[in-house]
Amino acid sequence: MSAGVELDHVTVRFGDFTAVNSATLDIKGGEFFSFLGPSGCGKTTILRTVSGFLEPSEGKVRIGGQDMAGIGPNKRPTALIFQNLALFPLMTVTENITYGLRVRGVDKAARTKKAEELLELIALPGQGNKQMSELSGGQKQRVAIARALAVQPQVLLLDEPLSALDLKLRQHMRNELRTIQRMVGITFIYITHDQGEALTMSDRIAVMSDGVIQQIADGKTIYDEPATAFVASFVGENNPFAGTVVRADKSFALVETRFGRLHGRNPRGMKEGDKAILFVRPESLRLGAGASDTTLSSTVKSVAFEGNMTHVYLEGAGKKDITVSVGRQSTTSIPERGQMAAISYDAALGLALPEGQLARE
Amino acid sequence: MPRSAWLCRKGNWPVSSRFVVLVVPFVIIAIFWLLARREAKLRHDPTHKGYFERNGMTLGILFIVLVALWALFLVVLPYLYMVVESFHPQLPPSKRGGPEDVLTLEQYKSFFVQPVGGGLNVTHIGALVFSILASIAVTALNFAICYPLAYYMAQSSGAQKVRLLMLALIVPYWVNEILRAFALRLLLASRGLINQALMGLGITDAPIDFLGIDVGLYVGLSYAYLLIMIFPLYNAIESLDKNQIEAARDLGAPWWRIHRDVVIPYAKPGIASGCTMVFMLSAGSLAAPQFLGGPRTLWFTSVIYNFFFQNFNWARGSAYAFILLAACIALVMLMLRLFKVSLGETIK
Ligand SMILES: Nc1ncnc2c1ncn2[C@@H]1O[C@H](COP(=O)(O)OP(=O)(O)OP(=O)(O)O)[C@@H](O)[C@H]1O
Ligand SMILES: [Mg+2]
Repeated sequence: MSAGVELDHVTVRFGDFTAVNSATLDIKGGEFFSFLGPSGCGKTTILRTVSGFLEPSEGKVRIGGQDMAGIGPNKRPTALIFQNLALFPLMTVTENITYGLRVRGVDKAARTKKAEELLELIALPGQGNKQMSELSGGQKQRVAIARALAVQPQVLLLDEPLSALDLKLRQHMRNELRTIQRMVGITFIYITHDQGEALTMSDRIAVMSDGVIQQIADGKTIYDEPATAFVASFVGENNPFAGTVVRADKSFALVETRFGRLHGRNPRGMKEGDKAILFVRPESLRLGAGASDTTLSSTVKSVAFEGNMTHVYLEGAGKKDITVSVGRQSTTSIPERGQMAAISYDAALGLALPEGQLARE
Repeated sequence: MPRSAWLCRKGNWPVSSRFVVLVVPFVIIAIFWLLARREAKLRHDPTHKGYFERNGMTLGILFIVLVALWALFLVVLPYLYMVVESFHPQLPPSKRGGPEDVLTLEQYKSFFVQPVGGGLNVTHIGALVFSILASIAVTALNFAICYPLAYYMAQSSGAQKVRLLMLALIVPYWVNEILRAFALRLLLASRGLINQALMGLGITDAPIDFLGIDVGLYVGLSYAYLLIMIFPLYNAIESLDKNQIEAARDLGAPWWRIHRDVVIPYAKPGIASGCTMVFMLSAGSLAAPQFLGGPRTLWFTSVIYNFFFQNFNWARGSAYAFILLAACIALVMLMLRLFKVSLGETIK
């Protein structure tokens, strides 16, 4: 069984500090939902509010339509997987997995049966008698998942569960988590600061910054149609060009920047005179001039050859360089360091958004 | 010459016992020497430098000699002397080394069977049993007080608060033990503060004889060794990952199960170490039972004390001291066994 989770204007404060500011969202039952944001933006705080370790200062948390105010973490239909797993080191694998059943008074035979089932699910059959210290990082990871699933939660909360693993294992576990989620069919709320994880696994993603939810959408929308300057700069690489809108209509805006007037889509309906940032992704830029309102030029600072891609870095407006990623099939010659180079893009691939805070590099 | 081979009986230093005193230091030095030589080999690391390579020959020898002398005079000789003493009859100095000075179990026997009359030595056996049971009670009481406190300090309060609490716990120990015992006596006496308050509030009519029923003894002893219990507990609980507690709670465990299943098993070595020390110290304590015990209460260390300093029967006193030591060690071992803690873990 799976339940949806609703946050209704949830604000969490620690003293004067607002860690989560009026978060409103509706996670559907059975959804794989991710929170993505930089360190310290309030992801763990949201998860602890859903699991019941924190009470919201304002607003409501509903699970399966039921208000959770005053219901402790041991009474909620959620199970939490901790950032550091928090497995019990003095218990065996089976004892760990069945701990939640033991405190519920489930008898031994039923517990053993459930443990065997779960060990099967996490691909560790017959390893129930091992001590925790005898397991590898990935195996511990899976035991933590089994321990949380054993209590048959309606919502599984995962706090950066893969961050301790090395890259290879992390990629493997991504697939495994997704598979397990499809098999058990319950709601997964997944926290990460790794956009790759969020984009590959999630049905929907909420991007957060400084306690504020910036955008809630599926991965493709987040990447192609970022709603704010923060999302545009946080998810994927992006080149920002700050300036002022000089001409705008429903679909396009012309932004006056340090590199001239540049053209981009205008999904937020900005008007003439608005402060704006025009974003063009490195893979959308190409070497060589195009139409005058989608072409700019700057000095080449460095060139990095990276196998399938070559990155050309040009002098930007601020500290950040302009990055152009050139694929193998491109026939244009790569400019030398110190040369002036013209670069351009398709008008549909420029995106003008209202000025706002950018993600820290 | 039955006993002159042994060493240092008061007032009597036969040649051969001096010889032993001269030989023992060399034996101990030799043992340390061998340990130092083997030390490098015991490490399975070929680049590890041996003891003498690290310290040089001169300094190395100096350290060994100093440590050996320290071990000799502070550890080996005093106990050896007491052991020897306990296997001898009590004799006036003139008869020492004479024909009556033989090895005997008489002192140990006198604990069980009265030397005069031959009946069971109920008083002394009773005193030992009472001391041990009372020490167990004190240990339990101490644990019951310290565990919540240590848990609170270790898990739920900030660094600032912990420092303040520690200070509040430590500062009272700057007052010496006797003064503290008397202060407690004043509080608990029949005309003391507590009784007056109780009577003033009309809770009781007549004063309660707290000291007579050993309340003072238990409170005094528990308080005396509070720190000795709290530090190992605090250390053990402090290193427990907070997430483990939350994980248990998230899985549905009520608070008491979290303590039973997660915190206490984790803190077991610390608990064992605190309990062992408190038990040993209270069973061996002298001042608190003498000042705070009731008139009918006989603490075993008082018995030992009396043999040494009132009857000048060092032989029997030593024997009793070893009986106490043996009983305590046996009990501690049994408990450690029962709770599946190894001795090594408790001194981590
Ligand atoms: N108990 C607390 N008391 C005071 N401030 C807190 C508390 N818990 C979290 N914060 C603050 O709230 C903010 C958000 O913390 P949170 O742990 O939710 O971040 P996060 O997004 O999970 O970061 P990370 O990716 O590093 O885990 C941080 O600035 C943190 O300092
Ligand atoms: Mg976090």
